[in-house]
Amino acid sequence: MLDDAPQPLVQVRDLKMHFPIYAGLLRRRTGAVKAVDGVSFDIMAGETLGLVGESGCGKSTVGRALLRLYAPTAGTVVIDGEDVATLSPEALRKKRPTMQMVFQDPQASLNPRMTLAAIIGEPLDEHTGWNAEKKLARVYELMDQVGLNRAFAGRYPHEFSGGQRQRIGIARALALNPKFIVCDEPIAALDVSIQAQVVNLLEDLQERLGLTYLFISHDLSMVRHIADRVAVMYLGQIAELSPRDALYARPLHPYAQALLSAVPEADPAREATRRRIILQGDVPSPANPPLGCNFCTRCPKVFDRCRVEEPKLTEVEPGRFVACHLVTDNMTGGHRPAGAEAPEHKQQGEVT
Amino acid sequence: MPDGAMPVLDVRGLKTVFRTRGGEIHAVNSVSFSLRAGELLGVVGESGSGKSVTMMSLIGLLPSPPAEVRAGQVMLGGRDLLHIPPHELQDVRGAKVGFVFQDPMTSLNPVFTVGSQIMEPLMRHMGLTRAQAADRAAELLALVGIPDAKKRLKSYPHQFSGGMRQRVMIAIALACDPDVLIADEPTTALDVTIQAQIIELVKDLRQKLGMAIIWITHDLGVIAGIADRVMVMYGGQVVEQAPVAELFANPRHPYTRALLKTIPSLTGERGARLQTIEGQPPIMMGEPVACPFRARCAHRFDRCDAENPARRPVDGAPVGQGHDVACHWNPEGA
Repeated sequence: MLDDAPQPLVQVRDLKMHFPIYAGLLRRRTGAVKAVDGVSFDIMAGETLGLVGESGCGKSTVGRALLRLYAPTAGTVVIDGEDVATLSPEALRKKRPTMQMVFQDPQASLNPRMTLAAIIGEPLDEHTGWNAEKKLARVYELMDQVGLNRAFAGRYPHEFSGGQRQRIGIARALALNPKFIVCDEPIAALDVSIQAQVVNLLEDLQERLGLTYLFISHDLSMVRHIADRVAVMYLGQIAELSPRDALYARPLHPYAQALLSAVPEADPAREATRRRIILQGDVPSPANPPLGCNFCTRCPKVFDRCRVEEPKLTEVEPGRFVACHLVTDNMTGGHRPAGAEAPEHKQQGEVT
Repeated sequence: MPDGAMPVLDVRGLKTVFRTRGGEIHAVNSVSFSLRAGELLGVVGESGSGKSVTMMSLIGLLPSPPAEVRAGQVMLGGRDLLHIPPHELQDVRGAKVGFVFQDPMTSLNPVFTVGSQIMEPLMRHMGLTRAQAADRAAELLALVGIPDAKKRLKSYPHQFSGGMRQRVMIAIALACDPDVLIADEPTTALDVTIQAQIIELVKDLRQKLGMAIIWITHDLGVIAGIADRVMVMYGGQVVEQAPVAELFANPRHPYTRALLKTIPSLTGERGARLQTIEGQPPIMMGEPVACPFRARCAHRFDRCDAENPARRPVDGAPVGQGHDVACHWNPEGA
C-alpha cells in the first residue's frame, strides 16, 4: 500500500436506497423501506473497508447499490472517477469490468447447469472479443490463482464443496481484472476451518493484484483480521467509521460498543469476567425508523436530545467518524472527559 | 456441578447409519457421553461432524429409512430410549426431553398461534385443561422475557422477530419441565446482539430451573462463555472431551488445536495470516477403520492409517469424566 496520500478509489456521498411499499386496493405507494438512508464514505485504493452490522441494517444493500445492482434513490457513487449511480446503460456496461462482486451463497450464485470453465469464462464472453483458446487460457490462469485444479474445468458446481464453490465465485469476479470487489458475506456460509482458507486467499489476491475490497460481514472478529478501516451500520446509517485498531480498542458509538461486547470470544477465562452490554428489544423497522437518532430506542445512554434531533456523522478524532450526540458533545465541549457517562438530563441544558 | 452425581442422561456406543444409493454413511460412530444434573454440555463440530444426528438419534427424530440407529444404549430415567415402544418414546419427547432447533421460523407452525403451540405439549403430556394450559403458557412466555405475554399468546409466529421466535421455541421446550434440554445451534440464525440476549436468558433459566442442557454449536466463542464441559466431534466421532477451561487451555487433539487457531481473536495480537486446516471434512462412507482426521492432520503417522483411535484419558480420570482424547499422537509420551 502507498503511504503518501492514498487516493480514494470509491467515494460514496449521501447514498440512499429506498424500496417503495405498495398497499391497499389500488396498490398506492404508502411508504418506503429506507434500507440505506444517507450513507457517505471513501475507500482508498488498495484498502479493505469492513462493513459490519446486524441483518437488516442495510449493509448488503449498500454493496449492491455501489455496483448499481440496484438503482440508488439518491446520492453519488464515484468509482475510479465516474459516478456509477448516474451512468447511462451503455457506459455502465463498459464500467462493469472494473467493479465486481463475490456473493454470500456460492450455491445460489453459480448456475448449476454450467461447467466451471463456462462460469468463470462468462464475463470474458460478455466483455471481450477473445477466441475460445485465449479464453480457456485465461480461465486456467484464474483457476491457478484461486487454487482450483485445472482438471476440474469440465465439472459442475454441485461436485464441489462450499469452500471450493466460493473459490469459483472469486475466480469469476477476477476474470476481467477488476479494481474494486464487493465481498458480500463471502465466508458466512462456510465452516470455520474453511473460512480461514478463503480469507487467506482474498488477502493473497489483494496483495498480488492490488485490489480494493468492501468486505461486508457480520463476523466482527474476521473483519478485525481483514479490514483496514471498519464502518458499523445500524438501521440504514453509519453509526461509526474508524480505523480498525482504534475501533476494536475503544469503540465510541454506543451501538458499536454493544455490538463488540456481544461477540463471544473463544476464551473461557475472559468470557467469565467480561461485562456484556445487553441491548434490549429488537431493531425497529426500516419502514418506520424512530425520530431523532435511529438507535435511540435501544441505546443504553439515550437522553432527550437523541429523540428529537438526528446526529450527523462527524469526525471526532483524526480519521474517526461517529454519529452520536453524546460523543460529538464531548468533543465540542472540549473539557468534558471523553467516555464519561451521560449526565442524563442536564446534558441538553448545558449545551444550549 | 455436583461430581459423581447420577447422570441424567447416559449414552453408550451410539451408532447411526444412513443408507444411501452410494453406500452406507456412518454419520455417528460409537459416541458415548453422559450428562449430569444441572450441567451444560457443549457439543462442537463442523457441519457433517454428526453432532445434530447424534442428538436426533437419541430421541428417535430421524426418518427411518434412510437412517438406522444400529447400536448403542441411551439411558434416561432408568429406561433405554432405543428399546422402548414408539408411543412411550412420544411421552418422553417434549416431556422429559425438550428440543430447540436452529431455525425458529421453520420449526414453528405458521398457521397456529404461538399460544396453541405452547399449550399443545401441556395438554398432551401434563393433562392440563385448555384454561390451565393457557395460564401456564402465559407464564412461560413471561419467563422467557416476552412482554405482554397474555396478549401475545394470540399472535402468529410471523408476527415475532427472529429472537422472539427463538424465545417462543425455548418456552415450548421448557413447557413440561424437562430433565434435559437439547439446543441445536439455537443462536446460529440470530444476530450477535440477539444471540447475547438468548445466551443470557438460558444462563438465567438454568439457575432458576436447574435442568441439564446439551448445547450444539460450531461457535467456540459461544461454548467458552456458557458450557461446563465440551465435547468436540469430527467425522461422526468424539475426538476430545474436557471441562471447558481445560479444553481451551490445554487442547490435545490436533483438530481441536487447529480449530482454536483458525478463529481470529477480537483482542490481542493480530496475526498476519490466519492458520488454516487444509482440505475438507470427510464423508464417512463405510465403517471407519482409520482416524477420520488423518487426511488433514499435521501429526499423522502409520498407525493413524491402520487403526481408528479409541478415546483415552489425558488426566487420569476415566474416559468421559475428565479430559479424554481420541488420538494416537501423544506428544508427552505418557
